Amino acid sequence: MALVKITVDETLIQAEEGKNLLQVCLENQIYIPNLCYLEGMGEPPASCRLCLVEIDGVDGPVTACTTKVGQGMVVRTDSDLVRELQRSALRLLLSSHRVDCAHCEANKKCALQDIARFLGVGLKPKGLDQILKEPDCDDSHPHLSYYPNRCVLCGRCIYVCKREHPLAMLSFAKRGFDTVVSLYGASLTKDLPCVTCSLCVDICPVGALLRKS
Amino acid sequence: MATKAETPLNTYEKIKEQAVQHWQRFESASVPKIAIGTATCGIAAGALETKKAFEEFLTEEGIEAIVRTVGCSGHCYAEPTVVIHCPYTDFPPILYYNVTPGKARMLIRSFIKDGDPLFEYMLGAMAPDELLPSVSDFPRFSKETRVVMEKCGLINPESIYEYVALGGYEALAKALELEPEGIIHQVKRSGLRGRGGAGFPTGVKWEIAREAEGPNSTKYVICNADEGDPGAYMDRTILESNPHQVLEGMIICAYAIGASKCFIYVRAEYPLAVKTITKAIEEAAQLGFLGESVLGSSFDIQVEVFQGSGAFVCGEETALVSSIEGKRGMPRHRPPFPAEKGLWDKPTVINNVKTFASVPPILNHGARWFRNIGTESSPGTAIFSVVGDVKHAGLVEIPTGVTLRTLVFEICGGPPNKKGFKAVQIGGPSGGCLPEAFLDIPIDFDTLTQAGAMMGSGGMVVMDEETCMVDVARYFLEFTQKESCGKCTFCRIGTRHLLEVLMRITRGEGEKGDIELLEELARHVKLGSLCGLGRTAPNPVLTSLKYFRDEYEAHIKEKRCPAMVCRSLTAFYIDLGKCARGCDACVGSCPTKAIFTTRDRKKAIDQELCVKCGECVVACPPEYNAVRKISPAHKVPIVERPEEDMQD
Repeated sequence: MALVKITVDETLIQAEEGKNLLQVCLENQIYIPNLCYLEGMGEPPASCRLCLVEIDGVDGPVTACTTKVGQGMVVRTDSDLVRELQRSALRLLLSSHRVDCAHCEANKKCALQDIARFLGVGLKPKGLDQILKEPDCDDSHPHLSYYPNRCVLCGRCIYVCKREHPLAMLSFAKRGFDTVVSLYGASLTKDLPCVTCSLCVDICPVGALLRKS
Repeated sequence: MATKAETPLNTYEKIKEQAVQHWQRFESASVPKIAIGTATCGIAAGALETKKAFEEFLTEEGIEAIVRTVGCSGHCYAEPTVVIHCPYTDFPPILYYNVTPGKARMLIRSFIKDGDPLFEYMLGAMAPDELLPSVSDFPRFSKETRVVMEKCGLINPESIYEYVALGGYEALAKALELEPEGIIHQVKRSGLRGRGGAGFPTGVKWEIAREAEGPNSTKYVICNADEGDPGAYMDRTILESNPHQVLEGMIICAYAIGASKCFIYVRAEYPLAVKTITKAIEEAAQLGFLGESVLGSSFDIQVEVFQGSGAFVCGEETALVSSIEGKRGMPRHRPPFPAEKGLWDKPTVINNVKTFASVPPILNHGARWFRNIGTESSPGTAIFSVVGDVKHAGLVEIPTGVTLRTLVFEICGGPPNKKGFKAVQIGGPSGGCLPEAFLDIPIDFDTLTQAGAMMGSGGMVVMDEETCMVDVARYFLEFTQKESCGKCTFCRIGTRHLLEVLMRITRGEGEKGDIELLEELARHVKLGSLCGLGRTAPNPVLTSLKYFRDEYEAHIKEKRCPAMVCRSLTAFYIDLGKCARGCDACVGSCPTKAIFTTRDRKKAIDQELCVKCGECVVACPPEYNAVRKISPAHKVPIVERPEEDMQD
């Protein structure tokens, strides 16, 4: 594939034409916050809205994960507007997240902690009320526990599950703010690959899916 | 080789001949003809009972007449509507309004039997007449230009012959004799823009789909009838009143882009529309307008109805595609646009009901004719379902460029009961609330967007002075946050916070800084959301903040609801100067026994018990009119309950 030159925050980068901009930046040590993207995704869901960048000649901020690089592209990953929106998205995520790091398995390897540090903000969502879901834990699955108030609904777990198993064990359920990752209850317990497979648990950036001990 | 006799147009002419004969048999019949509007709006108003009454009374009286059902003519305020034509009188067909079974009996007796057309029941004659007022004398009729709804209310939607007799499917026959590119060229030249709300040029969309993946690849056409805006029912009415015009437009599109399969995505909550369009597909297949070798040509097309399960977000085209594919209705990032990569990753044209229904008239009358209707940048007509505080609610089809004032006041009569106008909400939950100052802007895609509203698919809610704009914003946000698919951060959580703040304000718990918080969140949700739902969801908040900021401030600073709508901020009391001694009309109406008798035998309200239902306002005789509403609630005059009363 043809190589093109793009400029990211005044740095000249060579990349394969048509390659995912987020991937290109990450490979060139330019960090852009992201939660829902995984390398190799054909069509990234673009749902976390953190990897916003501004591109010369393009209206408004766009998600880097859905942008393909092209010759001469000029990208800003750190403009004021980008940072403002990233902080806002993080604040929204934190406003529906039970911030209780000391008792969380993901503590110190949590993506939210990393992104907050990168954006220079604390973990308390300033100015917003905390809204949490009920119940705090979905224990319906025989092998997994799901914590809706940790989950950021990035969908990585669903993606890896679908990729690995012909019949995915996970799906989004409900609507709006009440959206959760559903474990399909315990009705399919017989031949669950979850006995040995922990892909979803390993891929979760915030410790919302855990193996039952 | 095809001979001349086998061209689609010739095949069509033969079908039309039959249809015209059918129509003329009906037209020339000497018996009275009674047409009753039985779309959903008519049925809701009792049209089926009216129809039954006509049939029973006619049998009772031994009168022979043709009672037929037609679709909705758009005059929902007048439902059930009935058009009666008595060929043996000199009167043209006459339109009657609010025809109850009782009125039906009167009409049969007085008009059909005795020839007295009963002035007091009529809206007007359908054609100019020396004696009768004509409907065209009223702005509600004369200011309209009907392109899409031309035949709505005139024909029986379940009879394809009636549509064909009036020229239906001629555009399809003509189209099949053209090169597909020629059709796309005409649609492009007509300037038709998508009527689903965003206003993308239809011809361009078709061209993209035709060229994507080459002419021989599999392609699809989808008609988006997943109408979900509160107060909007244009698409439903058109499908129920003239389904064939939509179908014809779709088949033309399929031919133009090279598709062989069409879907009509209609919500399951529209059972009558589903039934009507399904019947229309069957009838069209019988006459050869769809199926294999349409009108004898080499073009094959299948049309299928797909019933959506009622998620608002499925009106967003990528979510709609997911839904047909059997997945959860969640939007995805665009591009690629569905015209390039849509249903099962194939090029797919998705257009709104009204867009497809605009196509046959364009091919029949030409692109130039269409361009001459309406404005330069948004040619054609716009259909609005005007609801809320207007006298003549219903569907209105106007040329673009007509001002909001003409639409709201002249055509629809403005707010009833002499109340003042406050705002008009255009474009449903994605649109904005525009105040009086914007009433003189012409209605088209671009001016409405500039004003902060949007054309949307055509929902228009008129609000009078007794409407609280904060409450309206809260209502719309409650809708959008509930209907968010939950995929992206800004829409899922951002709209929920917007709602929380709005609810707080309407409860009287608004704090300093709330307006700024609303503005900031709204801007972020608008900029950061993934799909159109999230990107437009803050519009009701942003426009009401822009044009009615003082109302927000009154709620927050003074705990006062200027329109006296928000319950926590208002209170009821009885004006002792007006209350009649000894009268106890209000007492029984109060569900919480909050009304007591004062020492001088007047009535007063115990504020602790009052639930602010407003029943006492209704119960108080108009000659006293003593019940008052006040905001802020703490300013209510307190009347002590007499002690003996309290011991009860």
